[in-house]
Amino acid sequence: MSENEKYLLKVNHLKQYFPVRQGFKTIPLKAVDDISFAVKPGETLGLVGESGCGKTTVGRTLLRLYQPTAGRIEFDGEVLFDSGEQYDEKGKIVLGADGKPVIGTKVDVNMLPYRKQMQMVFQDPYSSLNPRMTVEDIIGEPLDVHGLYSNRNERREKILGLMELVGLNAEHAMRYAHEFSGGQRQRIGIARALAVNPKFIVCDEPVSALDVSIQAQVVNMFEELQEKLGVAYLFIAHDLLIVHHISDRIAVMYLGKMMELADADELNANPMHPYTLSLLSAVPIPDPETARKSKRIILEGDVPSPLKMPTGCPFRTRCQYATEQCAAEMPQLTDRGNGHMVACWNK
Amino acid sequence: MGEENKYILEVKDLHTSFFTENGEVQAVNGISFTLEQGKTLGIVGESGSGKSVTAYSIMQILAETGKITGGEVRFHGEDITKWNRLQMQKFRGEKCSIIFQDPMTSLNPVFTVGSQLMEAILLHTDKDKKQARERAIEILTLVGVNEPESRLKQYPHELSGGMRQRVMIAMALVCEPDILIADEPTTALDVTIQAQILELMQELQKKLGMAIIMVTHDLGVIASMCDEILVMYGGRVCERGTADDIFYAPAHEYTKGLLRSIPKADNMNEKLVPIGGTPINLLQMPAGCAFCPRCDAAMKICLREKPEELRVSDTHLASCWMNIKELYKAQEGERS
Repeated sequence: MSENEKYLLKVNHLKQYFPVRQGFKTIPLKAVDDISFAVKPGETLGLVGESGCGKTTVGRTLLRLYQPTAGRIEFDGEVLFDSGEQYDEKGKIVLGADGKPVIGTKVDVNMLPYRKQMQMVFQDPYSSLNPRMTVEDIIGEPLDVHGLYSNRNERREKILGLMELVGLNAEHAMRYAHEFSGGQRQRIGIARALAVNPKFIVCDEPVSALDVSIQAQVVNMFEELQEKLGVAYLFIAHDLLIVHHISDRIAVMYLGKMMELADADELNANPMHPYTLSLLSAVPIPDPETARKSKRIILEGDVPSPLKMPTGCPFRTRCQYATEQCAAEMPQLTDRGNGHMVACWNK
Repeated sequence: MGEENKYILEVKDLHTSFFTENGEVQAVNGISFTLEQGKTLGIVGESGSGKSVTAYSIMQILAETGKITGGEVRFHGEDITKWNRLQMQKFRGEKCSIIFQDPMTSLNPVFTVGSQLMEAILLHTDKDKKQARERAIEILTLVGVNEPESRLKQYPHELSGGMRQRVMIAMALVCEPDILIADEPTTALDVTIQAQILELMQELQKKLGMAIIMVTHDLGVIASMCDEILVMYGGRVCERGTADDIFYAPAHEYTKGLLRSIPKADNMNEKLVPIGGTPINLLQMPAGCAFCPRCDAAMKICLREKPEELRVSDTHLASCWMNIKELYKAQEGERS
């Protein structure tokens, strides 16, 4: 198992379906459908995609805020969840003699001790902080839950240390969340996540609710904290420029499936999947010269409803290269050299 | 007069205030600009900079507490701030229309797309219902809505975000206005849909020849769309110029800071340089330059006096004392 040691978090064939009632029938909404990836210690993995592609669901399922439908989550060498299905080398479920999937050992651990190591920063700093709690109590709550102090003084010292770490003053401790600006509130949220000294933080669109001039402050803080504490991030965002800036590697999702995963610079310089290509070309570049020269690849139509997912590759309805093979089967994510993973039949 | 008629819209020293419980908030504080036929003007700034209020002031659709307290808005040379309600009703929709940020909330959920589109046509033209229906189908086809006839019977919630924004654009263009104000038209949309909508707006501008005022906080959108750009901060214009002026030779400290703080191709692997401090509180405006509490280069005079607009080049103006200081230095250098 030497390969596993390199990774902090390893996700295999993760599925997250939500039951949706339509008339008399209940059908599954496949928010996350068969996704595999890994996060190394101390790295930032960016996760991009359009709204409704399942990127937030991935983050929440990793922290087990949802009960996964199927798959395997491994954190720091320990299996947190395993639904038991076996997969062969081509990524297909291994079937037994009776035609049903072979189910191995199932694992479903109690998450409480692991919450100390995996935390989350939420998108909206206005609704993710309790308006009736002071900053001291907001940041102190994870310490209370996990019993990380022996007396009141130690608790207070820890909280003030955390506040200093994220650039808040000690006199802010007794104030309520509404007294702060958006950027400061996001700092409180980050301090709360850091309180238990985690190894891994899911950042769910942490800067998209902030003003342009404040975004850079928060992005820099994420980077500085990573250097200082060695924490790994799963950075979920739809702003591709910010994601490119902060991430070591970037994963692109579309309708619950992973389309491409590569080194951040490699993905931007040499995108392979037709969806990544059009996504990158659609980003408005804040540079008039490049904007004049570049040609946008305009995708036709809208993202299909996840309840009426196309067969095979979900992107084929908007893809200019789509063939019959795309309609028949979803391509697997395969390595095209240097860890550049692409799921496409034609590229 | 010949000179003046070149401009379809002239805004001169516009002041708009909101009268709140905590006192008067000067949201727009002396803004002037001109707009030519068929051109695109971009207004960029962060939240609270007064960019949307400027747009609403032109249309006179401010909230009840808001009031234009000074200045002129000249449409083809006529000051429309003096117009009465009926005149303004004709102005809105026929001469000038607006697209709002959020297509979810700006369409009426209890009426069909068709009836909302036809309402505008029936109000502003003497077409009858049948002709209005034809016109609605025609305009929906123009903005790229597929199956326009069946869409007319649908309600807004049945459409996707991109489709709703197309309907909003169709509604704005139905009477072929001279000016289209787009207030953050793509902020609520995904990037691929944003690209579709921006492309559509540029195409329609070519076809119909209207002038566009593009209000946004996204420097990327501004860079690709606009002939002229106003950068706003704290209700004032701090810099104006062409896209090249603003992006390649910024002359105001705020614009410089803004450009340093966003990730671009050339600083991808470097640290971003953020603007310190927090956005301005309009209730506590400093006496001098609005940006000086956050400005690294602030001098004594910045605190005391508002900087005048200084011409940096033919197309480029900036209100920053730094430029005046440099100008003095240059002049003294010439003398000695």
